[in-house]
Formats: sequence, structure tokens, C-alpha cells
Amino acid sequence: MLYYIFRRIVWSIPFFFAISLFAFLIIQAPPGDYLTTYAARLEAQGQVVDQARLETLRERFALGEPILVQYFNWISGIITRGDFGISFEFQQPVSEMIGQRMALSVVLATSTLFFTWAIALPIGIYSAVRQYTAGDYFFSILGFIGLATPNFLIALALMYYGTVHLGADVTGLFSPEYANAPWSGAKVVDLLKHLIIPVVIVGTASTASLIRVMRANLLDELFKPYVVTARAKGLSEFRLLMKYPVRIALNPFVSTIGWAFPQIVSGSTIVAVVLSLPTADPLMLDALLSQDMYLAGAFILLLSVLSIVGMLVSDILLALIDPRIRYT
Amino acid sequence: MTQTNTTTQTPIISIRNLTTAFATRDGDFNAVDDVSLDIHAGKTLCLVGESGSGKSVLSRSLLRIEQPGLIRKGEIILHPSQSAARRVRPGAIDLATLDVKGKTIRDIRGRDIAMIFQEPMSSLSPVHRIGSQITESIRLHEKISKADARDKAVDLLKQVEIASPEVAIDKYPFEFSGGMRQRAMIALALACNPEILVADEPTTALDVTIQAEILDLLKDLQNRHQMAMLFITHDMGVVAQIADQVAVMRHGKVIEENDVFTLFREPQHSYTKTLLKAAQSSDTPSQRRTEMRARRPIGQPILRAVDLGKKFPLSSKGIFRKEVRWLHAVKDVSFDLHAGENIGIVGESGSGKTTLARCIQRIVTAQSGQILLTDAHGTETDLVGLDDKALLPHWRDMRMIFQDPFASLNPRMTISQIIAEPLLLSGMTSATERKERVEELLDLVGLPKSAGSRYPHAFSGGQRQRVSIARAIAPKPRIIIADEATSALDVSIRSRVMDLLLDLQEQLDLSYLFISHDVGLVRYFCDRVLVMYKGEVVESGETEQICTDPHHRYTQSLLSAVPVADPTRRDATTRFRYHAPT
Repeated sequence: MLYYIFRRIVWSIPFFFAISLFAFLIIQAPPGDYLTTYAARLEAQGQVVDQARLETLRERFALGEPILVQYFNWISGIITRGDFGISFEFQQPVSEMIGQRMALSVVLATSTLFFTWAIALPIGIYSAVRQYTAGDYFFSILGFIGLATPNFLIALALMYYGTVHLGADVTGLFSPEYANAPWSGAKVVDLLKHLIIPVVIVGTASTASLIRVMRANLLDELFKPYVVTARAKGLSEFRLLMKYPVRIALNPFVSTIGWAFPQIVSGSTIVAVVLSLPTADPLMLDALLSQDMYLAGAFILLLSVLSIVGMLVSDILLALIDPRIRYT
Repeated sequence: MTQTNTTTQTPIISIRNLTTAFATRDGDFNAVDDVSLDIHAGKTLCLVGESGSGKSVLSRSLLRIEQPGLIRKGEIILHPSQSAARRVRPGAIDLATLDVKGKTIRDIRGRDIAMIFQEPMSSLSPVHRIGSQITESIRLHEKISKADARDKAVDLLKQVEIASPEVAIDKYPFEFSGGMRQRAMIALALACNPEILVADEPTTALDVTIQAEILDLLKDLQNRHQMAMLFITHDMGVVAQIADQVAVMRHGKVIEENDVFTLFREPQHSYTKTLLKAAQSSDTPSQRRTEMRARRPIGQPILRAVDLGKKFPLSSKGIFRKEVRWLHAVKDVSFDLHAGENIGIVGESGSGKTTLARCIQRIVTAQSGQILLTDAHGTETDLVGLDDKALLPHWRDMRMIFQDPFASLNPRMTISQIIAEPLLLSGMTSATERKERVEELLDLVGLPKSAGSRYPHAFSGGQRQRVSIARAIAPKPRIIIADEATSALDVSIRSRVMDLLLDLQEQLDLSYLFISHDVGLVRYFCDRVLVMYKGEVVESGETEQICTDPHHRYTQSLLSAVPVADPTRRDATTRFRYHAPT
């Protein structure tokens, strides 16, 4: 078991470097760099672009160097000093800009995750056990509607409803009076209040698909011979259901943790923009649009790292709960 | 004979006019149709019948786990216990009237009536330890502490003869071999010392040698605990070994019931006679084949395997460790298959017989040795080392029939498409030509022409296997490799398919490589036989000579384990287990 974990961790290291190089190449892929975008924007605004100044900037940011050199400078800064570079656009260290937003993203994503699991798993179990009953059909229809409706549409609808009918402020994650206030109990309560709507919106689609997955997983297990064996022991239906088929049907869910992690950064970009949430997503969108290389790079790197860590965590968890994986 | 001395007058369970039905669109389908049976303490009632006869549904009805079936009619009376030690039940209970989710039936399940199932792997939860699955049952019915329940579980594992039970209790089912899993399953069923043990084909998925051991174990435990046993099987040989009373089921009805000796001596119903004949015929070579041999002598070798070897890496332990353990699935196997000859390959699961077949067919590549195939023009080619393209013409010469008639046919293709596929691959581009050939093939394997437009699900196991055979002979091969081709079929259908294979041999000049774990079938079908054990051929020669006078200890052990379909010879053979010298 320990060896298994060790092996997984060792494997993820070369993987990390490969993926970070790839991330760096991707952000370099669009033609031009930050400065050409910057110049184009200045021109569009009718301002004169000073070529000499651009050259100085290019020099300062080392944009003229070969890509591999730029990559090396970038990655070594991150590893040795935790220095993600400076955002061209905002002229601030990237790490400072991302920190707070990432924390809020994590809060949003984990609450969404718990919300979806808490709703989807019981409904999925119900739907499977009572397959083809009125209840199953009801939840299936609801699920498909949830799956088919774009998140931002729900966001707009809820915003409209909230503002017009309830008179409540539903955008953002904080009320204006708390936005720049230091952390306090009241601020946390305020945050929780504001979290509900984004959590419901972001969670709808994944709840719907989770219900389907749980239903399908469980239906596969419900009629397996080991369930009959357990029934023949004299176990009650509920204990039987929870201990055997549900337990085994849950295993595939653990693997989904792997993809839940990167969602923390990019899973709800459009909703975040619509609701003007101060999470990481809108910032990433901006960075990509303006070719703000180090900022965008930091996000893409974070995404990749989170994917790797997510996979690692789900691999280890899966091995913990499923002995069949442990021994192979 | 082993008659137990406690013959009780009242049965422990009486089934009266039981009808268990499945609701279908066209009304009820009675899987069990008006069945009445008695089961006595300390006795074994064998239910025999082919798949679909309703024997499993009947056995499940006893525990009221017949869902999605429904008991429509009749009674299942569980009589009060006759042994003083277990007077838990106040009086007779009609199980058929109980609520299937209610407390009364749940208390009876596992405590009074316990069950063993066919598939020891899938019948145990893969993610719970053996011990926890056994103690769960104990603690469900008896108020004892976890530690005591564990001690009891260890004791149970000891009773079912599992080596070092203290260690085995903390293992997972997948760490056990098939036989050990079935032992664990039996331990689980015995956890609360039930009065009635229902065993649904408990040895069907096991090798004969293991089957023999499990049957002995069950008998021994039955005598010790005075259990009544309802034993379900389709194998008349097993019936002869274990039954006191036999009930033959067909289409949901019990068509004949008698004590085992009378039933085998004087079967009344024609269906029982067919079953017995099918079971006993495999003790002798097929009449037809002997005649065929006399008419057409065996020709030149057309397929020669020379020192074939195939090994698989067992574990590629990590990125640092270099040493890799190997499983020698096939070790230096050589044989010659002559034109018109049938060679049987027998062995237990894991003996390498399927890997050998796949090496020859070049589905897997052998690491050493040669496969020399002589084509129609007399040119001999070594198949090892040829790439897929070069193999194409040879693949036409050598075709395979697989074991599972359900899994080996694509459910989304019609029968015509399935049979025509190899024709298309061998370059028959004209659609009308293919259609004609498919019809001809359907006719050859005894299926109507109309079958071509239907999908596999519309056919029974035997019919599907005929489709597989038609597909195999489509490109006019000369060698057919039949890998357990009849193992998944019921006995009566099995003999018909075997006869079909012989018919085709006569008409199409085929040679067979017949792989089976069933010595009886090989004896019926094959001229020569190779006995495989752990990847090696331990003995080979004329089938009759090997079956009557085996020389190798393993062959002797294998033959001694084959159940003889004659209850009077029940204890005549002494079984033993072969252990390879290390």
C-alpha cells in the first residue's frame, strides 16, 4: 500500500514538469505576446505607440529570449521562490493577485461539491431502487432539464427573480459593506448567504449528471449475486443496500474527485462573470484575453497541478476503499 | 451405501402445489408450476434439470428471494425443528405467505435455511473481507460479541478445511482460488448451523478435482450437522454421487421423483432417460466416430506444434525493481494434428489449454517454438513470426469456436452478417454469393434460412453455438479449434452439438483441436488426447488407452475425480489430489 502511494507520487513528478512545459507552450501559442496586444489596444484607443518603450519593456520582461529559456526562468522562479512572475496588465505579483481569489474559488467549489453529493447520491439511490416508478421518472425529467439548461441562464433567471421579486442583492460573494472589510464572523455569515445562489447554479448541472451516474452504477450492482447472498443471510433491505451495492457503486465516484479539483479554478467561469463573483475564474478569462502571460500561465499551471493532485488523491482514496485496486 | 441412521418421518420442509410466476407482457410465465416436494433432515434432495427448468427459482422461493418472480399459489411449510438444541420456531410456518421484507422471513434466512450459490466469486462481496462477511451473518442471528463471532468464523473456516484459517479470515475473496471461495461460501452458509442448506449448482463453476472435494465436504458436513440439503444441479454424475432422493424438473414441473437408486435403475419418464443416456454416453467413445475412423483413415500431419512456449509477466513490480516473475502458461508443448483427426486437450482451469489454443491461432504470440501448418498445396509454413497480413490466408485454414455463445456473437449484428463477416474478409465481394453461402451454411448447421435476418438474442444457447460453428466453417477451413465449445450448453443440447461437429467433419474433411475440461466429452469425441497440467503436457496418447490406463499421477487424479453417473459406484473410486513435485 505504502509502496503503491510512493510509486504514484514519484510518477507524478515527471508528469508535472511535462504538463507545466505544455502549459507554458500553450500560453505562448497565440501569435504575438502581451506587448503586441498592448500596442494594438493603445492604437485602437488612438494613442501613439512608442516603439522604443516597447523594446525596453520586451527587454525587461525577457520576451525576446527563446521559449525554452523563458520557460526555465519561469518554472525555476516558481519552484525556488514561489514567484509566479508579474502581471503585465496589473503590474502586481501574480501570486498576490491569485491568492484571495483562489481561496474563494476553493470555498465555492467545495461547497458546490458537497451540495451536489448531498443531493445527487440519495436521489440516485432512490431512482435506482425504484427504477421505472413515478418518482424515478420525476427525478429523471428534472435531472435532464437541469443538465440541458445552461448555467448562465439559470444565473440570469435567479438574478432577475432575486432582484425584482425579493429585492435582494444576489451578485458577488459579499455585501458592499463587507467587501473590503477584514475577516470577521459577520463577514463569514455574509459570505455563506451569498454562496447559496452560486452553489445552486453551479451545482445544478453536475447534480443532474451525478444522479444519472449513481443510478446507472447502482443498477449495475443491485442484481449482482453477492446482493442475493446478503439477502439470503437475512439482512434487512436497507442495511443490505447501504452495505453492499451502494458501497461498491460509490467507488467510481471517488475517481471523479480527480476532475473536481481543476473545476475549482475554471469550472464556473461564465456563472462567475454573470454573477460578478470575485473568484479566480473571471481573472483567468481576462488574463487569457489580454495575453497576460505570467498571470495566464499561473492559472493554467494551477489547473494542471490541481488535476495531477486530484488524480493522485483519487487514486490513493480508491486504493484505500477498494481492496481490488490495492493489490494490483 | 451411506444411509444415515436418523430417518425422520416428518419432513423438515414440505412444498405443496407451489407456483412461482414471472409477470410478462403476455401474462404470467410460470417458472415453477404446481410443484410439491418434501425435504427431510439429514437427507439430500437433488433437483435436476436443464437451464430454464425452474430449479433455481424453486430453490429461491424457499428463502423467499424469488423476486422479480412472485409466488402465485401453494405452500412452503417449514415444520418445527425436531432437534432439541434449536427450538426457536414455535410451530409450522407457511413461508409462502410471509412478507418478503418482513422480520419473520429475515430471521429464517441464514439461521434456518441457508444458501450456497453457483459463482463463488460474484456471490461474495469483492470489497469486504471473508471474515466480516461471515461474522455479519453470525451476529445477525445470534447475540454474541464481535470477538466471539470472529472465533466462530475461524472455527467455521477450519471446518470447511481452509488452510490457516486465522490468516484466511482477513483475506478478500479475490485472493482466494475458486475452490477456496466456494469453501468460504459454505462456511458462510453454515455460520448459524442451518437445518436446511440450499445449494444452487455449487460445483458447476469448479474444476472436477475441486468439485469432488467440495462434494465430499458437503456430505461430511451434512452428516455431522444432520442438515437437510436441497442440491440443484444439471449434472447426472453429481446427482449419482450425492443424492438420496432425486426430482427431475422440466418446464417448471417435477416430471419424476424417486430415490436415487431406483431413478438411475428404472427411469420412468423419457426425458429422464435422455438425461441419463447423455450422461452415460460420455463414458465411451462415440459409435459414429469409431465408424468414421474405420471408413476414412487418418492422413498426414497438417498442423505441428514444436516446443511451443508462452509466458506472461506476473508482476512488473514498480519502476525500480527489475526482476519480473513469469507465469509459464505453456511450456514446451509439442503435438502433431493429422488430417481428419480429433485431438483433445484436457486440463483444469489455469492449465494453459486456452493459451495453447490462442498461441496456435496466433491470437497471442508464442515466445518459443514453431507452429507448422501445412496448407492445401502441401507447403509447410511456420506461423510464429508471421505478421497479421501474412497470417491472413492461414487464418482461413484454421478457425475457432469459443466457449460462450452469448459473448462471442455481436448482439448488434444479424446472424447473416455474423456468418458473412469472415467471407467478406476472405474476399468474397459479391453480396448474392455471400447470401447463398450463408444460407448453405445455415442449412449445414441445422438452422432455418429465416434465422439469417434475426439477431443473436432471439436464439437459445445451443442455436447460438450453431451460429458460431457456421461462422467458423464459413471460409472452408481445415482445422477447427473448439475451445470449450460445448461447456456452456445443457447436456441434451451438448450431445446434439457434438454430433453436429462430427457430421461436419465427415462432410467437410475437418480436423479438430478440442479443448475441454470434461474428460467424458473428450473420450466421446477425440482420437488422441493431451493432458495438460500447469502449462505442460504431462501425458498424451490414444484417448481410450489414457482413459482406461492412465500412467501419470495427475491423469489418474483427474480421472478419479470425474463423477460417474451411477449411484451404485458412488464410493468405488478413491479420489486423491495431485500435487506437483517441487
